[in-house]
Amino acid sequence: MSLPFDQIGLILGIPAVAAALMAALPGYRLTSWLNILASLGTFLAAGSLLISDRPAPTDLFLIDELNIVFIVLNTFVGFTAACFSAGYIAHELETGRLTPVYLRFYHAMYQIMMFGMNLVLITNNIGLMWVAIELATLSTVVMVGIYRTPEALEAAWKYFILGSVGIALALFGTILVYLAAEPVLGEGTAAMAFTRLLPRAAEFDPMILNLAFVFLILGYGTKVGLAPLHAWLPDAHAEGPTPISAVLSGLLLNVALYAVLRFKMLMTANPATLEPGPLMVTMGLVSLVFAALMLYGRRDIKRLFAYSSIEHMGIIVFAFGMGGPLANFAGLLQMVMHSLTKSAIFFAVGHVAQIKGSQKIADIRGLTQSHPALGWSLVIGVLAIAGMPPFGVFMSEFLIIGSTFERAPLLALALVGGLLLAFGALLMRLTGFAFGEPTPGQKSSVASLVPFHVHMALVFLAGIFLPAPMVEWFQAVAQLLG
Amino acid sequence: MNTLAFDIAHLLAGGMLLVSFMMIYQTRLYALLNVFAIHAVFLALWVAWQAVVQAAPHLFVTAAIALFFKAILIPVALNRIIQRMGIQRQVEQVVGTGATMLLGMGLVALSTVLMLKLTGGTNALLREDLAFALSIVLLGFLMMISRRNAVSQVIGFMSLENGLILAAAGAQGMPLVVEISVAFSVLVAFIVIGVFLFRIRERFDSVDVSVLDEFRGERR
Repeated sequence: MSLPFDQIGLILGIPAVAAALMAALPGYRLTSWLNILASLGTFLAAGSLLISDRPAPTDLFLIDELNIVFIVLNTFVGFTAACFSAGYIAHELETGRLTPVYLRFYHAMYQIMMFGMNLVLITNNIGLMWVAIELATLSTVVMVGIYRTPEALEAAWKYFILGSVGIALALFGTILVYLAAEPVLGEGTAAMAFTRLLPRAAEFDPMILNLAFVFLILGYGTKVGLAPLHAWLPDAHAEGPTPISAVLSGLLLNVALYAVLRFKMLMTANPATLEPGPLMVTMGLVSLVFAALMLYGRRDIKRLFAYSSIEHMGIIVFAFGMGGPLANFAGLLQMVMHSLTKSAIFFAVGHVAQIKGSQKIADIRGLTQSHPALGWSLVIGVLAIAGMPPFGVFMSEFLIIGSTFERAPLLALALVGGLLLAFGALLMRLTGFAFGEPTPGQKSSVASLVPFHVHMALVFLAGIFLPAPMVEWFQAVAQLLG
Repeated sequence: MNTLAFDIAHLLAGGMLLVSFMMIYQTRLYALLNVFAIHAVFLALWVAWQAVVQAAPHLFVTAAIALFFKAILIPVALNRIIQRMGIQRQVEQVVGTGATMLLGMGLVALSTVLMLKLTGGTNALLREDLAFALSIVLLGFLMMISRRNAVSQVIGFMSLENGLILAAAGAQGMPLVVEISVAFSVLVAFIVIGVFLFRIRERFDSVDVSVLDEFRGERR
């Protein structure tokens, strides 16, 4: 089926136009509605890709099996986070943490960030991809620092410097890929388009590709939050507004991961290069174990879940590093489940922080008693992210462990060890803030819990039943990833 | 291969590398800014020379950006920021100058060996260009790690970025070089504005973990 409009144009155009509009329009109510509408429009345009014919790839844009998963997920969570954000910022305005001028700025930046991320996912050009990741990074940096407290500025600065270094490394890697491709494909944009690089990757100089991949995985890996390069992530999550924490964890990490996966496909297509798998498995495993250990000492609730994001990105990178149809399938599922669950948890945590007026776990006690609906919701969310059945995260983790056991039992042991460590830490912290004597706090929060419940319902459904078309689709992607 | 073209490119890129080393031993911020301006001038000349050699007129735009933005505008702006905000004028070092210089030489040796070995198949100009570029990038890193002041970290980042432009412009016929250099300029402008707006005065002791823990409210 072909549709009467240009989907790529809409997916990129709506956020761009909305950003300009929101920078110009006064009144936060209007702009927060506009933010929701624009995100919804982008999501619908992205969703229509599922039912329509795919636009033919050009040298600039590309829609294939792999990036549709990312685009739909990206625009969906972008939309629900916009819904959550509307209620959240109304409260921030009341308490005076943000002023109307900053809100206008916030909304414009939100859409610029969505534009940047969509561009990364949709582009076929490795240079444009780099520029788009830089754009998405810059807009999130600004939003992390929006409260302008010393902590927020420190966090924004750290994110900025580490993020810049990361993207600088990635650019060097990108240039090297071009250099490897140029003798084969000739000068110009042809040597920068994935669709043209991939079929002829076997003819590229393997040494240059090796070096390029090391730079790319270090560079984009910084943005994924992999262990030695993760230092920006907890701070940025903890100090920024909570909708942004949700978007960072749920989306931006995935977007960077997508870039890594694309280049990994390039590496696999050339048999003479280094295997990218072991490198990714090592980085993933180190991130997992490190983050699981770090979870124990956390005293700030947003920081706790930020480390949990590092842990999950570790698992996902591990799965993709193992490769093969089953592990890729599981990694993809884990990524989708983590995005939905983690952003839902941040929605709930946003409410908690507003009700209690603090992010310290010590100040948040007895949630299930003082605010049963919110408290139990959060308990369910934490159980889901910790990998308890019947939620989707359990299923994907189970698949990852299963497929690893088959091929590398020792690695699977390490993986299970890391997962158990993280599980214990999350449960320990959960009893800290969910049960016990309640601490004083407000009666209720303005924002609604609907986005949270929508996400959790999806995660629950995925845990008990995966529709056959979705399984087929993910299998096709897993095949593509090699 | 035209020897003159090669020699001039070699001279200019080598000049940049030398200036990178000069930045390491500066102890005053103003002096550091001036040396950075020289770094950017060398970059502009090199890119302009590449524009001539590769017959790629769009590279002149990149050269012009390097000259006006990085060699003039940014140093002047940072200069005024230092004055107006009363930022400490000394460069605080985590590692001493001598040790940093030795480390820097090690990094240059490493990147030269790595690059010349890995890129055996390509032409000599490109190989040397990549070796220089990687050295400059690593020296920029070294500077960011070994300094505590926000401003000198920014300068370290900009010199790193110069190294990247060197690599990008050296790649024969690479598209988007101009766009990438514009994107980088936006990034740098953002940093400089950030330093000013957010009043990032003194330093970030990311090495001193106890201070960070206090910031995070996680001290036991």
